[in-house]
Amino acid sequence: MEVFFQTLVAGVLKGGLYALIGLGMALIMGVMGIINLAHGQLMMVAMYITFVLFHYLGVDPYRALPISMVSLFLLGIFIQKFLLNPLMKVESILPENQVLMTVGIGIVLTETARFIFSSNFRSVMTSYSTAVFFVGGISFSVALCFAFLCAILLTAGMFWFLLKTDLGRCIRAVAQDNEAARLMGVNAERIKVLTMGIGAMLVAAAGTMLMPVYYLFPDIGGPFTRKAFVITILGGLGSTVGAIFGGLTLGLVEAFGATYIGMDYEDMLGLIIFILVLLFLPGGFKRLTKV
Amino acid sequence: MRQHRVPLILLAYLAIFPLGAVVPGVLGVLQKAASVFPEWLQVYLLWFTDTYLLNLMILVLMWVTIGSAWNLIAGYTGQVSFGDAAFFGTGAYAAGLLSTKLGLSAWWGFLVGGPLAVLVAFPFGWICFRLRGAYFALATLALNEVMRHIATIWQSLTKGMVGIMIMPTFVSKLPYYYIALGLAVLSIVCIEIVVNSRWGYYFISIREDQDAAESMGIDTHYYKMVSLCIAACLTGLAGAFWMNYNGSIDPRSVFSLHDISIMAILVGIVGGVSTTYGPAVGAFIMVAVSEVFRTGGFGMLEGLARMTNSPATEVVAKYVKEAHALSFGLLVIVIILFLPNGVVGDWPRLKRALWPWSGKKA
Repeated sequence: MEVFFQTLVAGVLKGGLYALIGLGMALIMGVMGIINLAHGQLMMVAMYITFVLFHYLGVDPYRALPISMVSLFLLGIFIQKFLLNPLMKVESILPENQVLMTVGIGIVLTETARFIFSSNFRSVMTSYSTAVFFVGGISFSVALCFAFLCAILLTAGMFWFLLKTDLGRCIRAVAQDNEAARLMGVNAERIKVLTMGIGAMLVAAAGTMLMPVYYLFPDIGGPFTRKAFVITILGGLGSTVGAIFGGLTLGLVEAFGATYIGMDYEDMLGLIIFILVLLFLPGGFKRLTKV
Repeated sequence: MRQHRVPLILLAYLAIFPLGAVVPGVLGVLQKAASVFPEWLQVYLLWFTDTYLLNLMILVLMWVTIGSAWNLIAGYTGQVSFGDAAFFGTGAYAAGLLSTKLGLSAWWGFLVGGPLAVLVAFPFGWICFRLRGAYFALATLALNEVMRHIATIWQSLTKGMVGIMIMPTFVSKLPYYYIALGLAVLSIVCIEIVVNSRWGYYFISIREDQDAAESMGIDTHYYKMVSLCIAACLTGLAGAFWMNYNGSIDPRSVFSLHDISIMAILVGIVGGVSTTYGPAVGAFIMVAVSEVFRTGGFGMLEGLARMTNSPATEVVAKYVKEAHALSFGLLVIVIILFLPNGVVGDWPRLKRALWPWSGKKA
């Protein structure tokens, strides 16, 4: 039974971070209508920023959080403004041009990281990286718990922003109906730029908080991109509430799969669930809750 | 026939010139024939006699096959697939397992690899074709990964990450070159015939508007499947060829999302989607770009560094070598932004940009 609860805790803690990754992806999906296949790579960039700040300047990863978030916000804005928005005016045979563009951006980010930092594994060893505390025989990683709390706070803040502020309402309006929002005087292009920035910012937060307990190499982006879209499909494309449930589900599935089936199957389970959801519940959890 | 004139001349060139390497006498004749051209041109006429360049040409021709197959399903039928490696790997593993498990020659893979890839394509299509656009792309990507995990985990059959090693049949690269050339021609001719038939019109109508096609009485699910099966078969053949040529495969190399599936997409979009010769041009550009960067301009930069004795050039040469994958990404971004229909698709525009004085005939 202890193993079961330990796995549950591990899954939920991981799920909190996954939710943060999925939330950014869901926002981008909802507003732009495209899948951002460079999402994990953006996270990788944030992780490298954290690593550089820690390694060369001795900045604690949690203090580096605002820096990495702001830099990724700017990077997201740059990508949307100069690389993705111009594509809407370009005529092409394939409608998936923007998705292919994010693939290109992902390659550029990964290879630039490899160019600068080489393919070596890096990690950030802080005093609390391996610290744990026990509650009733079950160990909790301090860093992961802190990350989980931060993820909850950021998610809550995000929802407040989306529900209560004018900008948030604009974002939701564009996501619901681009044309109608435009007619109501919303500058859809600018909203898209802003959304990309926010999406990148959220994934940066997840990357930075993962850094004390995780390792880093340039190709780490790919697996996280895959996780991000599994989460968004689970939750329902473009659904922010769904992304949270999707993230928690994926975290739990991975944790239980790793414990009870085998570590080999950890990645595959996520993909199988993804395909099952596509087949039997297209629309994801959003379908069930109508949120 | 007129639009095929340049490719046919190129094909004749590709078919004749490597012969100089093996058939005595032919080389002499060719050199005599070539000597009427200026010296710098001779180098290019005879470059196929070199093993390294032959190897590059084999790679180009293999990518012509894979890229054309991707072009059929993505360019003509409009289903942007991120899962070509699933078929490529199936073909490669079919050939490899025939040799390791059944003791047959890996060349039987050409007979088995294609049909087996089609067999994989059935569940693939059954799952993915109920989805559209971005969902479809994601589903193919996921299935590609699932195939890779299966090949990794099913160790009793595939030996997992160890992969499969066989002895290549020929020492010379020339037989492989002609087989690859044959495959490339086969795939281009096949796809050209299909696209110009009634099926081709169905495919394009599905790409342009699936609902309209459905309402005109086209069984969209069936025709998407037909398109995928042809593409899968050709990709599977390329996979079987790769097993025979390379002699060693492992799940990470043949089911690779980046090295196979995305490379196929890059070949397609750089050359130009839904054009006959786009993937061929794209394959050439991609392999050339990759090699020029990987070898530092075929060693020219290093030579320059040695000649000028400047450490700065040496550093540049080193960085250029490391940037070969980066160049892919930049190329994709530039192509999508400025030539959204690829080099072949946007050739008139590209021509006007390159040679503004070439006349305003149109």
